[in-house]
This record gives sequence, structure tokens and C-alpha cells, in this order.
Amino acid sequence: MLSAIASMTTLGVGLGLLLGLAARRFHVETPPIVDEIEALLPGTNCGQCGYPGCRAGAEALAEGSAPLNLCPPGGRDLALGLADILGPQAGGGACLEGMEETAQMVAFIFEDHCTGCTKCFKRCPTDAIIGANRQVHTVITDACIGCDACIEVCPTEAIIHRPKPRTLRNWYWDKPLAGDETGGDTRLSA
Amino acid sequence: MTASTLVSGPHIHSRFNVSRTMMAVMMCLSPATAFGLLHFGWPAVFLFLVTIAAALVFEVLCLALAGKPILRFVTDGSAVLTGWIVALTLPPWAPWWVGVTGAGIAIVLAKHVFGGLGQNLFNPAMVARAMLLVALPVQMTTWVTPIIGGPVGTDFRQALAITFGGETGIDAVSSASTLSHVKSQLDAGQPMQAILADMGSLHDQFFGFVPGSLGEISAFLLLLGGIGLILLRVITVVIPLSVLGSVAVLSGAAWLIAPDQFPPPQFHLVSGSLMFCAFFIATDYVTSPVTGLGKMIYGIGIGALIFVIRSWGAFPEGVAFAVLLMNACTPLIDDYVRPRIFGRTRAGKPIELRDMP
Amino acid sequence: MSIFPFAGRFDPARLFSFKGGVHPETRKFLTSDCAIEDMPLPSLIRVPLQQHIGLEAAPLVERGDAVLKGQLIGKACGPVSANIHAPTSGRVIAVGHFTAPHPSGLPVLTITIRPDGRDEWGPRLPRLRPEDASPEEIAAHIAEAGIVGMGGATFPAAVKLNLRAKYDLDTLVINAAECEPYLTCDDRLMRERAEEIADGAGIMAKALGVRDIIVAIEANKPEALAALERHKRALGHALKIRVVPTQYPMGSERHLVKTLTGRETPARALTAELGVVVHNAATAHAVHLACRYGEPSISRVLTVSGRGVARPANLRVLIGTPVAEILAHCGGLVEEPERLLMGGPMMGQPIQSPRVPIVKGTNGVLALSAAETREKDVMPCIRCGLCVQVCPMGLTPFELNTRVEAGDLDGAARVGLLDCINCGCCSFTCPSNRPLVQTIQHAKGRLAERDSRKHQQDQARRLAEARTARLEAIAEAKRAAMAKRKAEMAAKKQREAEAEALVAEAVEATSRKEATK
Repeated sequence: MLSAIASMTTLGVGLGLLLGLAARRFHVETPPIVDEIEALLPGTNCGQCGYPGCRAGAEALAEGSAPLNLCPPGGRDLALGLADILGPQAGGGACLEGMEETAQMVAFIFEDHCTGCTKCFKRCPTDAIIGANRQVHTVITDACIGCDACIEVCPTEAIIHRPKPRTLRNWYWDKPLAGDETGGDTRLSA
Repeated sequence: MTASTLVSGPHIHSRFNVSRTMMAVMMCLSPATAFGLLHFGWPAVFLFLVTIAAALVFEVLCLALAGKPILRFVTDGSAVLTGWIVALTLPPWAPWWVGVTGAGIAIVLAKHVFGGLGQNLFNPAMVARAMLLVALPVQMTTWVTPIIGGPVGTDFRQALAITFGGETGIDAVSSASTLSHVKSQLDAGQPMQAILADMGSLHDQFFGFVPGSLGEISAFLLLLGGIGLILLRVITVVIPLSVLGSVAVLSGAAWLIAPDQFPPPQFHLVSGSLMFCAFFIATDYVTSPVTGLGKMIYGIGIGALIFVIRSWGAFPEGVAFAVLLMNACTPLIDDYVRPRIFGRTRAGKPIELRDMP
Repeated sequence: MSIFPFAGRFDPARLFSFKGGVHPETRKFLTSDCAIEDMPLPSLIRVPLQQHIGLEAAPLVERGDAVLKGQLIGKACGPVSANIHAPTSGRVIAVGHFTAPHPSGLPVLTITIRPDGRDEWGPRLPRLRPEDASPEEIAAHIAEAGIVGMGGATFPAAVKLNLRAKYDLDTLVINAAECEPYLTCDDRLMRERAEEIADGAGIMAKALGVRDIIVAIEANKPEALAALERHKRALGHALKIRVVPTQYPMGSERHLVKTLTGRETPARALTAELGVVVHNAATAHAVHLACRYGEPSISRVLTVSGRGVARPANLRVLIGTPVAEILAHCGGLVEEPERLLMGGPMMGQPIQSPRVPIVKGTNGVLALSAAETREKDVMPCIRCGLCVQVCPMGLTPFELNTRVEAGDLDGAARVGLLDCINCGCCSFTCPSNRPLVQTIQHAKGRLAERDSRKHQQDQARRLAEARTARLEAIAEAKRAAMAKRKAEMAAKKQREAEAEALVAEAVEATSRKEATK
């Protein structure tokens, strides 16, 4: 009886010491997580997340005050990438439902309403709007990140958000309608 | 020409579909089934019908619970086939509730709990068989000698009593199946030669004039049905060949080494449910690997396990357990054994032209 | 046909072709005995400027212009693009966007011509004597004629002829397999124009600088085979005619080369790696027309078939003829078709409206009745493994499907998603009728979109950085200018102050002088 107690105690103490030593010996300095997050973010400082610039967004993410899906331009993939770093529950978790399906949004200028005030042109973080003073502006769709900044500043509300237009070049087949378990064909269901 | 027809090619389809496959399997099973029903008489017929009906009822209930289109799934024939196979593995004079329990286990536990058609990891009929074997050892090992020429000694009324009234075979000749007979005799210290000499001829076993499960006694008719399946291209030859081959090779080797202890390979091949397993159970699409090499590994695994369980296991017959164990390996086999992609090496790199002839 | 038609016959030649493939009912008998007829001029011609892989051609005409037959109306843009010519004489009534002959039905830049009925030729292409021309000249001539791969891939033919610069070529394969069911246009063309096809093949062989020409014909076309056997010499080359087993997708370039040479083309590479270039028989015919008669690619032979068409036929039609007019010429539709397709039933594309025009790559117009198309009830996958057995690329389609449905695009890509050639064998054979091909195509599109988004994000980041740098530079410049101005002001002030001081001093001195006076 006594020997059993003694041996178990020794074992416990010994292993505890070993673990404690290992924890000190192999201690890894956690890298500054903010830099890691910032590297993932688009880096366009568009401000759609509500923070002033990507750096601020990364800091908010790091301290857990922002949800993982804060960045619309980054979309689902970015949210998943952030979850890899921060864990899925960071910032109160985030619903990725539907994020995949949201089409990429781009700005579109109604040329009839544009007065050529150059406000949007100056505000655009990626120089995706071209135009000059008193000339109708237009959006370069491929450079637009859909950040809304131009919409806010337009004095004549000539800019809207719309899904990136599909062209023959970027078109692809829709996912087939689920016809099996979900009962796509209700004709035969009793 | 409306938007609803906007679907990608191909726009034509082969005539092969799920219910046709199921029908082909049933067609190929019917000779052995008819033989069994004829030889075990009315009780067997009742049990067969009750089991299939129960399978259908459970299927409908599960589909209703899961909210799936009932008519489409019931008419695909998979539930009938599962019920059919469960019935064939039962002792022919088993009471009705054994059949119902078996069908319930197969349909509810082994199929729909996993998500229904195509989702089950284990072969439903074998899950039912294994569970019944463990839970009801008495009912599952009460064999009757087949009565050549029809249900002599059991008229319709008696048959009803056997299947539904709880009578245990009144004055039917109760006997052990060949495999359990061999097993018990070996345990009693008899040499193999004496046991074999004591038993019916190999001819009787091959054609099915021995006690056994309802549909498994006639190795000949099952072999015929299996060849039919292969000719109809419902199954490939790989699984049956590797199951039968590995059993034959292993038992042959064991028999050559110790003829006192092991029955000869031809005995293994024609006894028990090996033939049934090789053509109708192991070849189940859902629970077997998809590539040729994978199928071969799977078949050899089943054959080896059957031989091991028959020779050293606690049960005289090991088909159900062997199939279930290999079912569990199927995802693993499928993950590791992939076909080589055209223009790539097995490792997935584009082939290099230097390697070409 | 039994109730189990999948219990098919066995052809030993298949042992030496390629793994997988299917044997759909060919239904070629509907049109195989219909001689090629010329379709009369349509009332309207719509010529899309994108009929090829690569960049859209640039329009050279405007609304109201009169054009002559064979006149260049769209100029190739960039290295992979093709010229577009007016198919007949008439007046351009619109240059704008019109529904593309594409399943999406998205608009494409299209030149609409109202034919004047005279079908008057403009200046033809300069006649070329291939016997004396250099390979470069032939290739340039074919590029000028706007010829693209007419088997459906629509890859500019001249680009393929110029592969000799990069690869060591030895064989030209004329792909006359025509493995798609229903289609008989290549078959008819070979029966009726074997000599011209052989000549076109000879010209292309010269342009490629290859020794051998192999013509590959599926075993189900004995008449075409016999016709070609009679015309085996072209431009000093002897055509080798090889019968290949009837097996879909034999017409796939890489599988045809595998069957003919026993060698597999490495993944993501061209058959040219093996020294083989594959061209379609119809392309060879177009090359013949371009070189011998100076006729650019303005017409093609296609098959109009399916149970929905009153009179199935093989027609020579002008590029840009609307599908509706072709169907009307063939007696109209006997029933509302379940599918209206361009191309064959395996890989052809559904079209949304019969008003769309046919293009250079359209080898068939099919109106399939409900009985001919695939059954609709989709059942769950039962893992039967048939798709794995028939996949000519050695993929596991059911697994790709499962992964894509679960949203695991990367996993699907890892097990070969991008190696899929969309041949449709898996969907064709699937007993559960699962739309495997569409799922796979969808996943490929999603992957491509994701890549382009990623690329775009990187680009946006660069743009943003450039902008920040620029703004900073501007601010810096402003600050510098301000500082400079400030410094100048200060200096000026100081100078003024000094001047004032000097003046004051002078005044003081003067006043002092005056005082002393």
C-alpha cells in the first residue's frame, strides 16, 4: 500500500517536473499576430470593415473585437484564412453562410448623372475610376474592389453597387439543381 | 427551349439506371431463391414474403421521417433487394419476427441511419445477419433438412404455425449445417477424414441438398446467377474471383499441410454462404471499393477473413463478419488505390517523355 | 436491343486504344445517307466576332457599309485570334451586341448583314501555290483566311501550324474519328470530297514540315474509308489511313494520339510534345479551299439531326446563318424539342434561342426529343464505380462530385478536377443520372474565378500601394514647395529689410550731411 502511494507520488512529481522543464526549455515566442493578419488582408485600406485601414482592422481582429467576416473584398476565403490563425470562434464567430454565393460587387457610374466633380476619382483607393474635371467618369471594373467609398462621396448619387457583370470569358455553369435527397422532383413524391 | 432546359451535356444517357441494376440482381438471385423456397416449403415462403414486406414498410417509414420523395425511392428496388437478401440468409423455418427484426436492422440501422441509399458504410444485409447471429443464436442456428420434391410433412396450416405460431418445427428433421457439423466434430477430436466420410457427398452440397440458410444452399445456382450478373455487366469479375480464389488458395494450403485438421478447398467453396457472398454480398456497390485493384484487395481480404474465421473463430461461418470488416476498410482502400490519371504518373506528376518508349 | 443494353459487344481493338470510354447509340443512320446540300442564302446573317478561342476580333465595318463576299470584316487581335470575313455580299445593318451561340446567352459583339441576294465575291485571297510556298507563307495564308479548328475546339489553325518553331514535329494526324453520336458531317465530307481533304492535309503537312500524315477514321465509317483509300497521295505525301475502334471519346486529341501511337501526352501539355499535331478533317478541307481557291473561312458543313427535326440533313451553310433558318430549311420542327443543341449530344452546348447564328466551330444542330435525352430523375450516388470505369482520363468523377457538393474545391483539384476534359462519359453512364459533368464544370469555373479574384486582389493591393506612394509623393512635393516658398519669402523679407535699412541709412546719412552743411 505504502509502496504504491510512494511510487505514484514519485511518478507524478517526476513527470510534473519534466513537463515544467519542457515548457520552459521549448518555449516558443508567439509571433506578433497582427502582422500575420495584416498580410492576409487585401491591403487596400478601403474602410469597408469600419476601421481606418487594414492595419487597424488587423488589430481589431487580433484583440477579438471584430468578426472574422469583416472584410467583404476578402470574402469567404479570407474568413477561413483568419479562422486558421485566430480560431473559428474569434470575435464571436462568424457566419460564412452565403458568403460564397455573394457575387463580387463593383461600382457602376450612371453617366447621365455624373457631373465630373472628380470627388469619387480622388477617393478611390485603387485608382479604379478614371475621369477628369467636368468630364464623365467611368469605372475600370477589373480594378474595382467594390468598397463603396465612391458611392459615399458622390454628390449626385450617380454611383451604384452592382454585381460584377458576367461575360463570356468569366461565365461558368451553375451548380446543378439538387434533384435527389432534397426532392427536386416533387412530381413523384407521395 | 426554355431556360429550365439549360443543363450541361451530355444530353443523352445510357439506359442503365438504379432500378434496372436492382432488377438484374433480383433476376440473377431468383433461381437460387426458387430452389430454396421449393425445398424448404411453405414456412420458407412465408418468411421470405414477410421479410420483404417488412423491409418495404421500414423503408417507407424512414423515407417519410426523412422527408424524401417516397415513391421514387421505394420503386428503385433497393429495399426489396435488401429484404430479399436478408431473407436468404435466415434459417428457412425461423419465426416471422426474426425476419422482421432482420429487415428492420438492415433498413433502419444499417441504411437510413447513415443517410439512406448510397450512404451506408456497411452492407445492410450483413449487419442484420451479424446482429441476429449474436442476439438470437438459437433461432439463427436451427436448420432443417431440405425435403426434396416439396413441402412434405408441412401442409399449409402447419407451415403457418411454424412461421407465425411459434412452433419450432414440430416433427421436422432438425440438424446442423455442414459447417457447424464439421466444427463441432473437430472440437470433439474427430479427424477430418472421418467427419467428411460421415457427411453427405460434395455433389449434394454443390447442388444444395443439405441443411442451411434459405437461399444459400445451392452453390451451383448461385454460381449460375453470379455468372449472369457478370454477363449483364452489373458486376465485374474481380471481386468474386478474388474472394473465391483467396479462400481456395488459403484452404488448399492449410489442407495440404494438415489434412487432419482442415477440410479440403472444394468443401470450403461449396459450403456455407461463400458463393452467395462472393457474387451477391461482397459485390454490393455502395460498400465495396470502386477501382479494379481496390476491388481485388477487398475481395482477397474478405476471402482471407472468411477462411480465418471458419478455421479458428468461434462461429462456424464468418461471411458476415468478414464482409463487415472489409466494408470498414473500403474508404481507406478507395483513398489509397486510385486510378492513374491520363498523362500523369501514379504520384500525380505529369509523365516525362524520357520515360516513354 | 435488350432491356439491358449495357451488356454490350466486345471489340478486341479496344484493348489497344485507351482506358475507359463509352459506346453510346450512334444514331448516325438519321443523316449518314444524306448528301451534303447547299443551303440557300438566309434572310439575315449575324457574324459574331468571337468564334474562336482567344481574343475577340476587331470590327472593320460600320453600320450602313456595303460588304462583298469574302471581305475582311473582323481583324484578329493578338496572337491567338482569327480573322472574320463576310459570308456573302450585302449591307451591314448593325454592329453591336447580340446573343452569343453559347449556353449562357450572354451578348457578344456581332456584325449583322442583310444579304443582297447577289452573293457577289469581293477580291479573293491571293492564290497560293502550296507546292512552291514556304511553310511560313502557308501558315500566314491560313491565318489570313481565318481558319479555326472546325471540330468544335475552334483553336486558330495557323497557331497550331506554327508549333514547328517550338517542337520537333514528325506527324500530322487528321482527326476524322467523329465520335459524337448523330454527327455525320465529317463522314459525308470525306465521302464526297476525299481528294480535297487529302490535298488540305498535304498542305498542312508542308506547313508543319512533317513526314507522316495519318488519317484516323472510326470503324463505323467504311464508305469514308473507301473514299480516302482512293486518294492517298497529296503533295508528295502518302496518307496513312488508320481505322480506330468506335469508342467515345476517340475524337479527343490526346486519346486519338494514344490510340495511334500508344503514347500518352503528358498532363497539361500539347500533343506536339510527342511530335504530333492533330487537325480536324473539316479544317483540312477549309485549308484546301483557302489555298487553292482563295476562299476564306465563310461556310462549313454541319449535320442537322435529332428526332425533333422533320428532315435531318447535312448542309453546307454560311457562317452566321441563324439556327431558326436552318431548322426551317430542314422542314421545321415536328415537335417542340426537349433540347436544342449546337454540336453533338455528348459535348454540345444547349442554346437558349433559335435566333442565334452558327459559327465556325458548329458541327451540328440537334433538336432532341424528350425520348432521346437523358432521363431526369436524379438519384443519390450508389458508388457503383461505373464513372471510374468509363472515365478516359482516369479520374474518380463520383468523388469529385461529392467533394464539390461539400464545397471542397481544393480537395477536388487535388484529385484531378482540372484534368477533366468534359467528355461526359461519367454522366452518360451514371445509373443515378447525376449531372457529374455540370458539377465539375461549375467547380472549374469557381476555381478559375477564385484565382482571378486573388490575382485581382493582389493587383488592387499594388494599385493601392502605388496610390499611397503617389499621394505621399504629391504631399511631399507640396511640402517641399511650401518650404521653398517660405524660405524664399523669408529671404525676400530679409533682403527688403536690408534694402530698407540701407535706404534708411542713406537717408540718415544724407540728412546728417545736410545738417552738417
